[in-house]
Amino acid sequence: MPSIVKPKVAHPSLVRNELGLTIRDYEGSMSTLCAGCGHDSITAAITRALFELSTPPHMLAKLSGIGCSSKTPTYFVGGAHGFNSAHGRMPAIATGASAANRTLTYLGVSGDGDSLSIGLGHLCHAIRRNLNMLYIIENNGVYGLTKGQFSAASDVGSRSKKGESNKMTPIDPVQLALSLGATFVARSFSGDKAQLVPILKAGLAHRGFAIVDVISPCVTFNDHEGSTKSYKSTRGRYNVATESDFVPHASEIVAEIGGVGQTNVTMHDGSVLRFTRLPENYDVTNRQAALDYLKAHQGEVVTGVLFADESVPEMHEMNNTPAVPLGSLPFEKLCPGSAELAKLMEDFR
Amino acid sequence: MRSRVNDFAIKLANVNGTGSASANGLIMQAIFRMGVPVSGKNLFPSNIQGLPTWYEIRVNHNGYTARALDYDLIVAMNAQTYKRDVQEVRSGGYMLYDSSWPLDESLNREDIHFIGIPLAQMCNENFKEPRERILMKNIATAGALIELLGIDAAVVAQLVEEKYGRKKALRESNQKALKLGADYVREHYTCPLEFHLETMHANDDKILIDGNTATALGCVYGGATVAAWYPITPATSVMDGFKEFCEQYRKDPETGANNFAILQAEDELAAIGMVIGASWNGARAFTSTAGPGVSLMNELLGLAYYAEIPAVVVDVQRVGPSTGMPTRTQQGDILECAYASHGDTKHILLIPANPSECFEFAPKCLDLAEQFQTPVFLMSDLDIGMNDWVTPKLTWDDNYRPNRGKVLTSEQLDAAKNFYRYLPEEGTAVPFRTLPGVNAKGAFFTRGSGHNKYGVYTEMPDEYQEVMDRLLLKHKEAAAYVPEPIIQKRDGARVGVITIGGCDPAVREALDILADMGRPMDFMRIRAFPFHQNVLDFLAEHDYCYVVEQNRDGQLCTMLTIETPVSKDKIRPVLIYSGFPLSAKNVIDVITSKVEELDAIYR
Repeated sequence: MPSIVKPKVAHPSLVRNELGLTIRDYEGSMSTLCAGCGHDSITAAITRALFELSTPPHMLAKLSGIGCSSKTPTYFVGGAHGFNSAHGRMPAIATGASAANRTLTYLGVSGDGDSLSIGLGHLCHAIRRNLNMLYIIENNGVYGLTKGQFSAASDVGSRSKKGESNKMTPIDPVQLALSLGATFVARSFSGDKAQLVPILKAGLAHRGFAIVDVISPCVTFNDHEGSTKSYKSTRGRYNVATESDFVPHASEIVAEIGGVGQTNVTMHDGSVLRFTRLPENYDVTNRQAALDYLKAHQGEVVTGVLFADESVPEMHEMNNTPAVPLGSLPFEKLCPGSAELAKLMEDFR
Repeated sequence: MRSRVNDFAIKLANVNGTGSASANGLIMQAIFRMGVPVSGKNLFPSNIQGLPTWYEIRVNHNGYTARALDYDLIVAMNAQTYKRDVQEVRSGGYMLYDSSWPLDESLNREDIHFIGIPLAQMCNENFKEPRERILMKNIATAGALIELLGIDAAVVAQLVEEKYGRKKALRESNQKALKLGADYVREHYTCPLEFHLETMHANDDKILIDGNTATALGCVYGGATVAAWYPITPATSVMDGFKEFCEQYRKDPETGANNFAILQAEDELAAIGMVIGASWNGARAFTSTAGPGVSLMNELLGLAYYAEIPAVVVDVQRVGPSTGMPTRTQQGDILECAYASHGDTKHILLIPANPSECFEFAPKCLDLAEQFQTPVFLMSDLDIGMNDWVTPKLTWDDNYRPNRGKVLTSEQLDAAKNFYRYLPEEGTAVPFRTLPGVNAKGAFFTRGSGHNKYGVYTEMPDEYQEVMDRLLLKHKEAAAYVPEPIIQKRDGARVGVITIGGCDPAVREALDILADMGRPMDFMRIRAFPFHQNVLDFLAEHDYCYVVEQNRDGQLCTMLTIETPVSKDKIRPVLIYSGFPLSAKNVIDVITSKVEELDAIYR
């Protein structure tokens, strides 16, 4: 994927975050996606979320698979290492990367082809491991780079650009994740940055696997009449089920938390996911409630943080790995040495 | 009859899942403790219970431990295979059977001796539980063998004590069963037989270990911290061993944390992905698998090769193609691994021949992977990996420090004018790499798509080719760092015999026999790809070379003809690939089958 270097000029009036960095420091190279692509809006939201969280750029690892979505990690945080891996394999690469160094923030960007077809197995198992990462599916219901084939996220009856109608049932990443035990499940829309940014921030703060399915229309191959993932169709069926705010750890707003009618989920790092609106009798920590709500609102694009559970150990806690990166352990801690070997040899006599 | 001391072969035919492994292991270990050179080959099915399984033990005071194919005694405990088993006893040899029932007359052979022991009857009378009766039949057989073969009873008693010391009931059952078998043969037959054991001191500095355990230990000693895998025969015990040794040696004494992570992946695609992710992030990582797993890993091995990420793959080779015969041995993955993945790729292979080399090569693989920023394979095989080998005690040099390769520190990055991932220093083939989490200045976008030396996406022909050419240079450069071949020359040798991996003991024995027949030949065992200069020299020095390997298509032959200047007509394939460990007889049969050619050379 070509990358065009963006000129880096920060206007003195630009707001600086806790690290003294401006939003420009969280940008990457120029996008080469089609003009109007939903993915670019998501890139902007990711950039904003990381800037607002004051994530040190070099402490972020951006990973992706293959496809239009997977190109986007070059478009944000140029100071972070990125890994554009192979089609569908990003969750596996991310698992190994996380195993080696738990101190980084892991952000994966995938698409519906990458995650729901070729890499479906890996996604499922990353969920099972409760891998500590934010996993974004930029879901446009179509294979863009190969020019318009249906994906596993295409709805029944949705029409391709060539007029063909999809007959197979879609895989809904949100229901899939909920049924597999994912610990943070959300859906949003590339066209709703106000909703998306706090969701991404909460997903990054979440302990464990945070999956965010973002409907992201493909302006070139899936934005026509008859498509169910077009801007028009998505807007028409848009249902903001939950509204939430992300309140960083130690923010002065803390005093407000727990106000009347509010539901809060305290994230692992002390920050708070504050729900300002929830459907009646909806408990965001109740997996079944989320599934029931989705069932009751079939045909709608249900968005918001639909489920969050901070109580489940993530992969490193399950594995009891040390706080420091495994790769940084001194060799003396890793090699038992000749004397131990001589002792051990007696067991093989 | 002339007595033969410490020179015989026996074969035990059993039904798998009946506990025969523990009885077989007991005999094998007892012989080892008597200081006698011994080998045990487990010829087992891909099954948990009910199918035929054999265990062969060869004892040889000269240290020849390849399969014998000439059995002095066969213990026939499996009615399904009686007919075939009885045919394999050498003329004048013995067949031990369960005489609780009369032996089928069709099995009678005039030229061998039959030793009947009412094993089932004895065990039914002496043990209550049905399961115990089955298990103890094997132990009673071991008891009989102790007497028949002259195994030191005190050594066996000691082993039982060590194994079941704390489990009183099991210990007593074993002792009782051993005694039943021993007493019966002592009363009914002349013990020991004319071929039997006598104590030696050949094993004082040796151990009994399988290659997979040694590989696992090598990975611990080499500093691997992340291991990802998917269960597969015959590689599973590599990770079992790694886990066990990590539990033993890698629990942090201060924090109690695991200074390792073992990830059981959803498939081999993920296993290699995890290794690549971990290596990208600075950990020493490896996976263990077999041919079918490597097939799945092909995709990401190409990524690691092209994006220049270290990765170590332990391939314990089994018989393919497809599922093939999972519990049989071959060197059938040589080509698959050397050129794994689409496009132009070439990988580094280290090929051990025994558990000692598994232990030695595992850290070497981790070093080479980081030194050359590329995948490296440890090409073991089922015979090496899963059978117990008598091998010198493993030793470790405390001065060893891992070669982490060219990795820039944060300070070096600060001091550098700029950083380009795939731009090596003048005159070198390996560029510097950077690790995530170190310094924003070292950040770059790792990709499997076309890139130029600056690490930027490209579709420009010259930029693409420049990187590809350097990758080839890197592979060539590795030839000077891989283990050199083992070469043994003989006076008067006219031809060379080249081999690899688990073929080693059989080929060495065959060459000794051929030398005795007046046909001395030079020996070379190749231990790595890219080929070391000594390999090329050996080929050049000989009129022609036999190449002994266990696969149908002569994969090593192919590699030699395409990767060295040797002409094809100088290579004579000796291919024995039916799946069992090699015997010297297999090798000699093929080499001497063209008598005229040999006669012409050795006239």
